[in-house]
Amino acid sequence: MKILVGYKRVVDYNVRIQVKSDGTGVVTDGVKLSANPFDDIALEEALRLREKGVAEEVIVVGIGPADLTAHLRNGLAMGANRAIHVLTADATQPLTAARVFLKLIEKEQPGLVILGKQAIDDDANQTGQMLAALWDRPQATFASKVEIAGDKATVTREVDAGLEVIEAALPAVITTDLRLNEPRFIKLPDIMKAKSKPIETIEFGSLDVEAHDHLKTTHYAAPAKRSKGVMVKDAAELVAALKQKGLL
Amino acid sequence: MSKILVIAEHLDGKLNSSTARAVSAAIAVKGEVIDVLVLADSVDAIATEAAKINGVSRVLTVARSENAHALAAVLAPQIAKTAAGYSHVFVPSTTFGKDVAPRVAALLGVAQVSDVMSVEGTHTFRRPIYAGNAIITVEADAAHTVVATIRSASWGAAATGTGSAPIEALTVDVALPTHTRFVELKQGSSDRPDLQSASKVVSGGRGVGSKENFDIIFKFADRIGAAVGASRAAVDAGYVPSDLQVGQTGKIIAPELYVAIGISGAIQHLTGIKDAGTIVAINKDGEAPIFEVADFGLVGDLFKLIPELEAQLR
Ligand SMILES: Cc1cc2nc3c(=O)[nH]c(=O)nc-3n(C[C@H](O)[C@H](O)[C@H](O)COP(=O)(O)OP(=O)(O)OC[C@H]3O[C@@H](n4cnc5c(N)ncnc54)[C@H](O)[C@@H]3O)c2cc1C
Ligand SMILES: Cc1cc2nc3c(=O)[nH]c(=O)nc-3n(C[C@H](O)[C@H](O)[C@H](O)COP(=O)(O)OP(=O)(O)OC[C@H]3O[C@@H](n4cnc5c(N)ncnc54)[C@H](O)[C@@H]3O)c2cc1C
Repeated sequence: MKILVGYKRVVDYNVRIQVKSDGTGVVTDGVKLSANPFDDIALEEALRLREKGVAEEVIVVGIGPADLTAHLRNGLAMGANRAIHVLTADATQPLTAARVFLKLIEKEQPGLVILGKQAIDDDANQTGQMLAALWDRPQATFASKVEIAGDKATVTREVDAGLEVIEAALPAVITTDLRLNEPRFIKLPDIMKAKSKPIETIEFGSLDVEAHDHLKTTHYAAPAKRSKGVMVKDAAELVAALKQKGLL
Repeated sequence: MSKILVIAEHLDGKLNSSTARAVSAAIAVKGEVIDVLVLADSVDAIATEAAKINGVSRVLTVARSENAHALAAVLAPQIAKTAAGYSHVFVPSTTFGKDVAPRVAALLGVAQVSDVMSVEGTHTFRRPIYAGNAIITVEADAAHTVVATIRSASWGAAATGTGSAPIEALTVDVALPTHTRFVELKQGSSDRPDLQSASKVVSGGRGVGSKENFDIIFKFADRIGAAVGASRAAVDAGYVPSDLQVGQTGKIIAPELYVAIGISGAIQHLTGIKDAGTIVAINKDGEAPIFEVADFGLVGDLFKLIPELEAQLR
């Protein structure tokens, strides 16, 4: 079977995000961009399934502007067989991203689609669930363990109450949580090899996807800051301070 | 006029407090109608609790054996069908709501507003992005149903007690998929307060050093009647189960007192606690970033300081 993997580029998680002073966005000029950490985990899981013989082909998908190619090459260097680049200059909201993935599914007929549970820029946590709904297939979100046997996936999910196990008939959508695996590092020879792997570019406009987004972001603000408090010298002083506030 | 459908979250026949928090957001929208929808196999106890929440107009129930477990693929079509005629659908932004709400939104063909922190108007909301490093104002198209998840830590629970909303049973005529099956839920057994709603939380990080050492955190938490949390590093190292993780990708909490022990204060962790009332940090490194946000900081070795704190409390 084929596995489609969402491979989104985001501002690196180590970057300290600055909101522009005029409230029109966050500063993205010149900041380091990396793969969404959850998508690296998604790709790693797909590669392991291929290594186990469960899948034959792993395809990374990116939706974004022309310079996304270098990022997709990283996915190929990590081990994906090929990449699909859906070319658009506009930022894609999750519903639109889900509709794009659905079009690609119709074409590629994958047995599994693995996305990140959230992209760490917008933190929307929506795309996988929306895709599963549009596709009318199971969703196994926040996965920390995936086992495929025959046409079934048994997935352990990290939920607020603990760990939930569900069984989903394939094809299905899985979204990754942090503890699913530890992504491998890209090795230099793989970067060379990736240069000859195919990246198919599809114009967003050619997919016939509705993109009228219902949400408009009208303002960006920096979060309210907590002020630095006081240092206490020992346990006695701390307990006294907390008792005074009625917290102990 | 706003008509708001709030989706009840529940487990083991009990309503989760996240539901009353979502009702608070619905009250902030000044909804003329605020109905709570309970989907379960056995609805009575949950519906009775929901009916007591002040501000609730009606409690609607759908009792079906398929609803015994909260499977998004099963619940979403029922919610989408019931949503007809409502201007807003609000779902708690817990793993339950994060799982089901986008599926509802997609069935309705609308975008979703995730993690609503504040309501600025019937269709204008504020929500965090970039792990809370920026707060955006989002305007939803008034021509469509608004599907939103409500960030629990930003909203107090609507008061309960004086409410006595009528309870109405619905029959929702919609085919349910059989492609997804619940197998089991492994719950951390705990007599401690629930991490998400506790007024006091004690969290341990990598500095605690081992699973065995984490006992010192549990004991101290029990001493002051607190729930226990952890950093991702502590969870990854296997000191505690994953449902104790606090932060961007774990639980977002707002206790009155948060005590961070052996936690450095990475931005992803701080995202989870920035609405806490009072933050206490105990760390042997006086330069640790956690001290930048702590109301009270104490520098030193946790293995020496915690026994001293306990001695003070005796
Ligand atoms: C320069 C810039 C400006 C932006 N301006 C805005 C703006 O004004 N308003 C606004 O709402 N958003 C804006 N965005 C954010 C962008 O639109 C978000 O990507 C979108 O809202 C999707 O949200 P999410 O990624 O958090 O979705 P999630 O649902 O959190 O994503 C989950 C998963 O879906 C998959 N996925 C999602 N999108 C893609 C993609 N494009 N390619 C491949 N896989 C994908 C990935 O596997 C990802 O892990 C901007 C982004 C950039 C880079
Ligand atoms: C995409 C992404 C999502 C993430 N999500 C989360 C999340 O949800 N939650 C989260 O917590 N992290 C998250 N992280 C991880 C985060 O970046 C940090 O790595 C993590 O929070 C560090 O945990 P820590 O503070 O316990 O460990 P460390 O950073 O290693 O800090 C340990 C601290 O313990 C102190 N210490 C050591 N020994 C003692 C002692 N004897 N007495 C007192 N103090 C001592 C040290 O001085 C140090 O400050 C995420 C990261 C990424 C990339």
